[in-house]
Amino acid sequence: MISIKEMAAKPVKLTEGHRLCAGCSEPIVAKQVLLATDKPVVVSNATGCFEVSTSGYPYSAWNVPWIHSAFENTAATISGVESAYRVLKKKGKIKDDMRFVCFAGDGATYDIGFQALSGAIERGHQFLYVCMNNEAYMNTGIQRSGATQRGAATTTCPSGTCIPGKREFPKDLTKIIAAHELPYAAQASPHNWKDLIEKAAKGFEAGGPAFLNVISPCPRGWRYESAQTIEIAKLAVDTGLWPLYEYDNGKWRFTAESKRIAEGKAERRPITDWLKSQGRFKHLQDPKWRSVVDEIQANVDRKWDELKKLTSL
Amino acid sequence: MKRIAVNGDQAVALSWKQVNPDVCASYPITPQTIIVEAFSDYVADGEVDTEFVCSESEHSSMSICIGASSAGARSVTSTASAGLALMWEMLYIAASMRLPIVMTVANRALSGPINIHCDHSDAMGSRDSGWVQMFAENVQEAYDNSLMSFRVAEHPDVRLPVMNCLDGFIVTHAIESLTPMEDDQVKRFVGEFKPTKPLLDWKNPHSHGPFDMPDFYYEHKYQQAMAMKNALPVFKEVAAEYGKLTGRNYDVIEKYMVDDAEYVAVAMGSTAGTMKAVVDELRKEGHKVGCLKIRLFRPFPYQEVAKALEGKKAVAVMDRVMSFGAVGPLFSDIRSAEFDNRVHPRTVSYVYGLGGRDVGVEDLKVVFRELEAGTAKTVNYLGVKQ
Repeated sequence: MISIKEMAAKPVKLTEGHRLCAGCSEPIVAKQVLLATDKPVVVSNATGCFEVSTSGYPYSAWNVPWIHSAFENTAATISGVESAYRVLKKKGKIKDDMRFVCFAGDGATYDIGFQALSGAIERGHQFLYVCMNNEAYMNTGIQRSGATQRGAATTTCPSGTCIPGKREFPKDLTKIIAAHELPYAAQASPHNWKDLIEKAAKGFEAGGPAFLNVISPCPRGWRYESAQTIEIAKLAVDTGLWPLYEYDNGKWRFTAESKRIAEGKAERRPITDWLKSQGRFKHLQDPKWRSVVDEIQANVDRKWDELKKLTSL
Repeated sequence: MKRIAVNGDQAVALSWKQVNPDVCASYPITPQTIIVEAFSDYVADGEVDTEFVCSESEHSSMSICIGASSAGARSVTSTASAGLALMWEMLYIAASMRLPIVMTVANRALSGPINIHCDHSDAMGSRDSGWVQMFAENVQEAYDNSLMSFRVAEHPDVRLPVMNCLDGFIVTHAIESLTPMEDDQVKRFVGEFKPTKPLLDWKNPHSHGPFDMPDFYYEHKYQQAMAMKNALPVFKEVAAEYGKLTGRNYDVIEKYMVDDAEYVAVAMGSTAGTMKAVVDELRKEGHKVGCLKIRLFRPFPYQEVAKALEGKKAVAVMDRVMSFGAVGPLFSDIRSAEFDNRVHPRTVSYVYGLGGRDVGVEDLKVVFRELEAGTAKTVNYLGVKQ
């Protein structure tokens, strides 16, 4: 593993000057991912905050080849790029060893782009897919997605007098992707750059499709001060809501802080710490919604136990 | 090369084999499926170098072609009906990214009700997507259009995707005689693919498909419109070269006994062939009739059409599609083209052959009979049971 100093000396692939919000975790995640390979890389970007804010014509924040074509198809688009690479390499028109990466939000991954992602993984293209999961459609103004947490208020599942935010739990996409039995899938968080970069490096070198689901706090959508992004990301891990783990060629492993918790070296913090940290869960402080808080805790516990079983296999 | 007996889909697959494209992304849909089946045989036998990607949907097929073409690969696909409809979003994006993707469309009715047979509702639904659109009358033309389309798409003045339309079942599945070019002749004619600013040229990184605000979007659309306009003279140039090589001379329109005709029927696709047979029969009986075939539908050959129809007594326009709440798209274009002429012949619309309804010689004779008698309404639904 290289040091921060060495990383700082590496070429900048995503430059400053983009138009993402202060405190947005997406450029932090993308920079960490792109530090994980020294090989030439092509980026495919789904429609969303990240695409809009890094590409406004005639400017571009990208120092590497970058393509955006639509919202639901970034995995299909990279399939095309990677197929072109394979055939042109076979024909001797390309000599270099190259890598391919997708960046997409949770809407583009859990919901509208799920089919294209599943198809691309099944076909075995060599690419790393990074879901920057901020748990809602932030670019269109904080609407509910399949990744939105139970109890979170969004503009399409607001907290009202009768309904306390989102009624459903998010789908467990990382496990669904792992069920494709691809070479590598993992969950990561930008607060632990070392863990994230190591996982991205494994993904780039997986020799086939790889998937990285990254918790990506959004100050606007989650309602917290923009300076707290990294703390909030860490809290997601410390409460067990976002366990850090990997599925590496069939083997499940906890990593980093989650590994310490699983080994009994650290305590898993209560979910109330997480719920209190963000305005989107503010309504859950009302004693009237106590049962929802209990349900969320019970769900975190259940999923944690499930992962413990998987990692002990 | 000697003549062979193949159907329209096999002819297209053969043209692709001879071109040897870099990437082919496809998804099965009737009546296009034979193309990808035949092509996958070429792949399995190592007769092409193509990366053959079996996508999980047509939306992804077009997205894969967009990724591959942007990366620097010559890319092809084919589809029909619902598959083209599913691609709809990506058709506009392929065109706006100025990617010379070549696609065959086996024209089939759109659902619903679900129907697998021929009409032009699929292609007409993508009329304004920014693709060059050509229609083939028969198997030979399906092959010839396919080969010419690579040159049109990749021409530096055009750089737009091209859609080759052939009538589902009528052309796709009918076995006809085909005279293909020799492999090396095709190779020379099509030439090496020269991508512009490919993604895989990582030392010179470019951003493809960026976000456009009101300050540039309009200008990009204008450039696209100019490129589309260029496709017409470029097609003529390419067709002239193709004619020299093959002896088969094509233009944006084809006039069949139109010059001295008093009554003309305008058609696209396989119906133009049937219409020519009708013209032959009626000419023998002394009727001064002709058929105008539109090969290049987008960009539309307004001037050529206006000139061809000048001074006629009456014109019937055959639309194999229903445009609900408006007149047929071909009729609308033909009338618009005629407007620049000093005198306008009575021009009427015939909707026909929807969902594969068979339209034969006797059916089409009705069109000329009604034109000559002056009994045709402005909009007619040929052969509909009421």
